[in-house]
Order: sequence, then C-alpha cells, then structure tokens
Amino acid sequence: MLRKFTRESLKDSSLSTKDRDRCKNMFVLGFVYWMYNRSLSSSIEFLNLKFKSKPEILEANVTVLKAGYHFADTSEIFSNRYEVKPAKMSKGLYRNIIGNQAIALGLIAASKKSKLDLFYGGYPITPASDILHELAKYKNFGIKTFQAEDEIAGICASIGASFGGDLAVTASSGPGIALKGEALGLAMMLEIPLVIINVQRGGPSTGLPTKTEQADLFQAVYGRNGEAPIPVIAASSPSDCFTMAYEACRIAIEHMTPIFLLSDGYIANGAEPWRFPRSKDLVDINVRFQKERKEDDLVYMPYKRDEKLVRSWAIPGTKGLEHRIGGLEKHQETGNVSYDPENHHQMVKIRAAKVDKIADYIPLQELESGSENSKLIVVGWGSTFGAIKTAVRDLATEGVDVAHTQIKYIQPMPKNLGKILSNYDKILVPEMNNGQLIKLIRDLYLVDAKPLNKIKGMPFEAQEIKSAILNMLNF
Amino acid sequence: MSKVSDFKEQVSKLTPKDFASNQDIRWCPGCGDYSILKQVQAVMPELGIPRENIVFISGIGCSSRFPYYMNTYGMHSIHGRATAVASGLKAARPDLSVWLITGDGDSLSIGGNHLIHMLRRNFDVNILLFNNQIYGLTKGQYSPTSELGKKTKSTPLGSIDHPFNPLSLCMGADATFIARAMDREPKHMREILLHANNHKGTSLIEIYQNCNIFNDGAFSTFTDKEIKKENSIYLEHGKPLIFGTKGDKGIVLDGFQPRIVNLDSDAELSEKLWIHDVYDRNKANILTRFFDDPSNEKALPRPFGIFYQESRFCYEDALREQLVGVKKSKGTPDLDQLLSGPNTWEIK
Ligand code: SF4
Repeated sequence: MLRKFTRESLKDSSLSTKDRDRCKNMFVLGFVYWMYNRSLSSSIEFLNLKFKSKPEILEANVTVLKAGYHFADTSEIFSNRYEVKPAKMSKGLYRNIIGNQAIALGLIAASKKSKLDLFYGGYPITPASDILHELAKYKNFGIKTFQAEDEIAGICASIGASFGGDLAVTASSGPGIALKGEALGLAMMLEIPLVIINVQRGGPSTGLPTKTEQADLFQAVYGRNGEAPIPVIAASSPSDCFTMAYEACRIAIEHMTPIFLLSDGYIANGAEPWRFPRSKDLVDINVRFQKERKEDDLVYMPYKRDEKLVRSWAIPGTKGLEHRIGGLEKHQETGNVSYDPENHHQMVKIRAAKVDKIADYIPLQELESGSENSKLIVVGWGSTFGAIKTAVRDLATEGVDVAHTQIKYIQPMPKNLGKILSNYDKILVPEMNNGQLIKLIRDLYLVDAKPLNKIKGMPFEAQEIKSAILNMLNF
Repeated sequence: MSKVSDFKEQVSKLTPKDFASNQDIRWCPGCGDYSILKQVQAVMPELGIPRENIVFISGIGCSSRFPYYMNTYGMHSIHGRATAVASGLKAARPDLSVWLITGDGDSLSIGGNHLIHMLRRNFDVNILLFNNQIYGLTKGQYSPTSELGKKTKSTPLGSIDHPFNPLSLCMGADATFIARAMDREPKHMREILLHANNHKGTSLIEIYQNCNIFNDGAFSTFTDKEIKKENSIYLEHGKPLIFGTKGDKGIVLDGFQPRIVNLDSDAELSEKLWIHDVYDRNKANILTRFFDDPSNEKALPRPFGIFYQESRFCYEDALREQLVGVKKSKGTPDLDQLLSGPNTWEIK
C-alpha cells in the first residue's frame, strides 16, 4: 500500500519507478510528523541540503513527505495526535551528538588542550569503527589515523606513538580487546599514556556484533596476565562520551598509564541534545616531558616516581635521557631488568598503589537523585543511566523516594562511594550482563547489593527497573 | 662557531664505546649475537646521528635483548610485535632513526603478519633479522626457517614443516631493500649496515647467526674456511656473479634459469656472466631463489650482500603530506567550531 501511495503521489515525476519507490520512507515520515503535531520544516531544510544538486529527487522527496502528512490528516486512520512538549533542559547552546562522534571530539579536544599530536591506531570492528571514521575526517587537526593490519598492530602502533610522545589511542570492541590483551600488559609495564576504548557489544566470542551489552567490565578490570592494574572509566550517555574521552586522556597523560574507556553499542549509535562546552572551560591537561639532562645532572632514572607515584615521560630525541624500557620486570628506580624477588613484590604493590592513587584526582561520587534517607539506592554504570533516571523520576512522582547514583570511575572507584552505599539497606544494581559491577561492589564494600540483569542485547526499559525497585521495596 | 658545526663535531666525537650500555650481556658465550652487536656499535658513530635520536626496538627472543645493550633509546616489546611498535613510532616521529631487532621466530612465525605489512608500507626503518633457524630462548625447538627433517625437542622424528625462504617472502611483500649478511663476516656486515641506514624505506637485512648451543654449525657451509667460497657468493652492484675457492666459477642466466659455468673451461660463456644489478626486481627474485640445500651437488651458491633496492615513498612521508595538504585546504582548525558543529539551537 505504501508503494502504491508513493507512486500515486509521484505520477507526474520524471523519475524511474525504482527511484520513485525509494521515496516511500518520506511518506511514513510525513505521517509521523502529523501524528506528533510537528512542522515539516526541519526535514525539508535537510532535504534541500542533501539533494541540492539533484532537483528532481529533491522535489520528489518533498512531494511524498507532504503527501504522507496530508494523508494522515485526511484519512482519519488515527484519531489520536500527540504533542511532545520540549524537554526541560538547562539554558544554553545545544547541538545534537552521537556517542562515537562525541568520543572522537573528546579525543581531539584533549589533543588540542594538551598540545600533543593525536595518534589513533585501530582495526575496523563493529560498533567501534565510527570512531576511526570520525577522526579521519578531522585530519586538519593534525590527527594521525593508522588503520593497522590487525587489532594487535593497532595497539602496538599506538604504544610506539606514545613512546614517541604522541597522545595515543586505540579503540575496539570485545573480541578485538581480547587480542590486545598482551599489549595492554606491556603498556602497563612501560607506564606510558595510552587510551583504550571498548565500545562493548553482545558477547562472548563473536557474539552479537550489532547488539548492545555491558559484559566486558571484568575484561577491562581483570583481563590480563599477571597483576596488571589499569584504570577503567565508563560513559553513561552519548554526550557523556565526550566528557569521559577527555577524562581518559587527562588521566592517561597525567598519571602515565594505559586507561580503559567503556562505551557500548547503545550509546555509541544513540543521539541526544548536548550543551557543548567552550574550549576555554575544559580543564587543563598537564604534560610534563622530562627535560634534557645537563652534564652535571644526576643519571636519569626512568622509573623514579613523583608524589602521585607517576614516573616521567622521556621521549626519544631528548638529550641525555637515553634509556631502555620493556616488558620484563624492572628495578624500582633505574628501570633496568630485575629478577630480584623483593623488587618484584614491591613493584606489583607500587603499580597497584599508583592506580589507587588516581582516586585523589577524580570527582567524588554524587547522587543523581534521592537523598541519604531514601529507602533504596539504584547503582548503575554506563548506558543504563537514562533508563534508571526515568524509572526513579517516575517513582518520585508516585511518591516513592529512591536514590540513584551512576558510577563513571570504576577503577579506582571514587573515595566516598563506600560511605554513600553504607547509607542504604537496599541496593539495586541493574546491568546489561550477568552481574559484574555488583561483584566489584560487593568485593570492595561488603554490601548486600542485589542484581537486576538483562542479557538480551537490548537496553533496559524504565518500566523494568521500576518493577524491580518496587519488588525490592515489597510493594 | 655555528650551532650546526658544533653539533656535527659532537656527533663525530662519539666512539663505538659510547653506544654500549652499562648492562651485562647475557647471551651464551660464543653466540653469533655478540659479533652483530659489535658491528652495530661500530657503525653507529659513522651515521652522524645524535645518540638521542636513535631508537632500537625489539620483540622477544635471544636477539631481542639487543636494545638493553645499546646506549640509545630502546624498547624491548612483546613477541612478534616490534614491527608494529616501530610503525607507530615512525608515524609519530619520522625524525628518529629507528632500528628493529628480531629473530626468525619473532618476525617469521608469531610476527609474520606485521613484518609483511611493514614492508609494503615501507616505513623508513632498518630491520636486522637474526636468523639462527632455531628457537634459542625457549631452549631448542625448530623454527619456521629450520630445514625439513630437523630433529629438535619438539620434532623428535624430524620436522615436517616446509621452511620459509625469508628474502623471497620479503620480495613478495614488495620490500624496497633486502640484503643478507653473516655473523662471521664482520667487515661485510658493517658495509651492509651502512647501506641499509642510507636507504630511505624499510631495509631488511637477514643475518645468519650461529646459535652455538641449540643449532651449532647451521651455517658452517658458508663459514668454514675450506668450503665457504664454493658455497657462497658475495654480490656487488655492477660486478659479475663470480665465486669459488679460486674464483673460477660464475653464474649465467639461461632465460630465467641460473646456471653455474666454469670460467676456465667455458670461456665463451664467461663473457655472458650475470652482472648484478640491485635495481632489477626480476633478477632479485631469481637471486632469492638461490636457496638450495648446500649438500645437494648441483646447489647454487648462497648469495650475500644487497639483493635488491628500490626507491618508493614511505608511509610516514605520505601521512605528513596529507596532514599538511588538508591543513592548507581546510585552514587552521578551531576547536570551538568543531565542538559546536554546523547546527545549534539555544534554550533560553
Ligand atoms: S641460545 Fe643460542 S641464540 Fe640464544 S644466546 Fe645462546 S647461543 Fe645465542
């Protein structure tokens, strides 16, 4: 029927039948515009731009769009019309943003603010490839994108670039991250800045490449041989991808460490309005390359640490700092290969303490809603943010007071998180996996948190979270 | 005095000793690696490159400990991946002189993929591939270059793995500089190292290296005084292919077929000897196929020296050109413009 209507409205057009049929989505769009009581102008504007050089196609699309609208109006198939009032949002200038695009912008912003060249080494994989595509568009920012021969080469090239003094990034999804595992361990031993982005998809193995899931949290936190702690942070919405990508760069550079940024298919491809920041409002990122060594200076110690337990970044080309680093265990200060048992024991402790110390340099955990007197707290991470927020807000209007907090810094956790959790008898942890964050929380804070798991390759609906909350509160 | 001459003087004052680090060398006594290290340290001052601009990157294996012994920048990376690390480093920092140390297991087995991709991209990196035809660090398993039938701990009945012909593989990956050297021929090796350094693009030198613990004498046919000249041929650009203890043998090309001729008895043919041309890809392909088992009576001699060389753009230069070009056409970028994007709206 759709095809019939479309052809009918285009009976005067000179387009081929095939091209006419391709306009049928516009008929549906016009129909929907009527249903939601909105003006066609933004879509017409878009079509004008898109088919500027093809006036016939432009005309056909607009004709069919309008035909759909008028059909809805006159046919009376639907008697209900809806009006969506503009969402309550803070004042300011907004734009639309998609998660993967926001990650790319966050990386570019960090590169500009830190004055480091951005190097991106990666291999195509769903749903992370768009980060590579986005970055490749902005080469005028001096961005070097390197499509490597495989996932391992993607991260190893980034390690090489970081050793050379670039802000180095690699991105992938679960199976690709698995391949990068050994190199992650190397980056951790080298103690050089490196941002690793995992846009999670349904797993295990090749799993559900086009579906969303949060099942790689353990992989990020634990997935390496030996004890190889790496900080882990997670974005909670498309626009938050910008903030967290920027944060990932800041932490990597200022703490000389590889860092995981977790996103997922849902927010990677999802869009939302974004009150974008001004560049001058972004926090500074301090890069401190070790300065060249003068003749009377002491011998350079590559693994000597500052008060943050961070070593210095000495890049090739700097006189007097020639040194060798590698994946073998190294002596605490000289960085030379060391098999000394006491040294190894201490180095494992130091590397763990170094990551823990990052907790002093991240924001404290805050409640999204509710108070310490609420009867229950919902603890989320990543893309469950929107659904939890809606569920908790709906309940509030129904008189059920529930608190909500969304964890963005997962390793290390914010210093006050344990204290916040101790205020509640009931803790609900919704995750799109079989229970991962919940195990970290139970382990760290010995609290009796309850899971809510959805492992269907689909995001939560607010209703599902609402019912779980009500259930826990014995309603 | 100008800064430039200051700088040159400082660089030229360096000696091989300046390139030796303070670390104890841990290779087995008598290992071929020692000679290679010595030759590399010997040529370093001749390059005229400040020490801080030189980087050695290695993978895993006996040879890959090499960077620890060089007083330059260095990274001992992970198994097979030095090529990938060096690619990123060179893309980020084309100004550095990057040397890559690898072995037959490291670059032809676990790292085979990265090797061929580095060669086709032609990063300006010098690769020294120590080929000892065995896994030394893991104590003596056969490697991808071990000969068929080789008995090792992992092949008690003899290897049934057809070995790689490394240089032929490199030709297949469109390498722009390939050469072969021998741990026991230090002077020749130093020459090749200098040529490799001067070549713009990936230079790959396969170095036959004796592992005296697990594969002693693997290359004795090419190193034993009495027989080496019968079994090896040293290539020189523009010179005829002549070998033999008395220099009495030569190679002619019969169509695509190389043939050994006796210079004394085949006077007529000796006029038509194959003249080595490092820029001839077809001939280089045939030369890499001089790979017979030396025990075979009709075996062609094993070539040493530079097989092939061509000039082709390097990845890092093309990358730079693109970045400069796009900056010119799109203008200096503005971060705030990027953040706002083309469409915004205001909520008041
Ligand atoms: S095992 Fe062989 S290759 Fe390794 S150091 Fe000893 S002799 Fe050299």
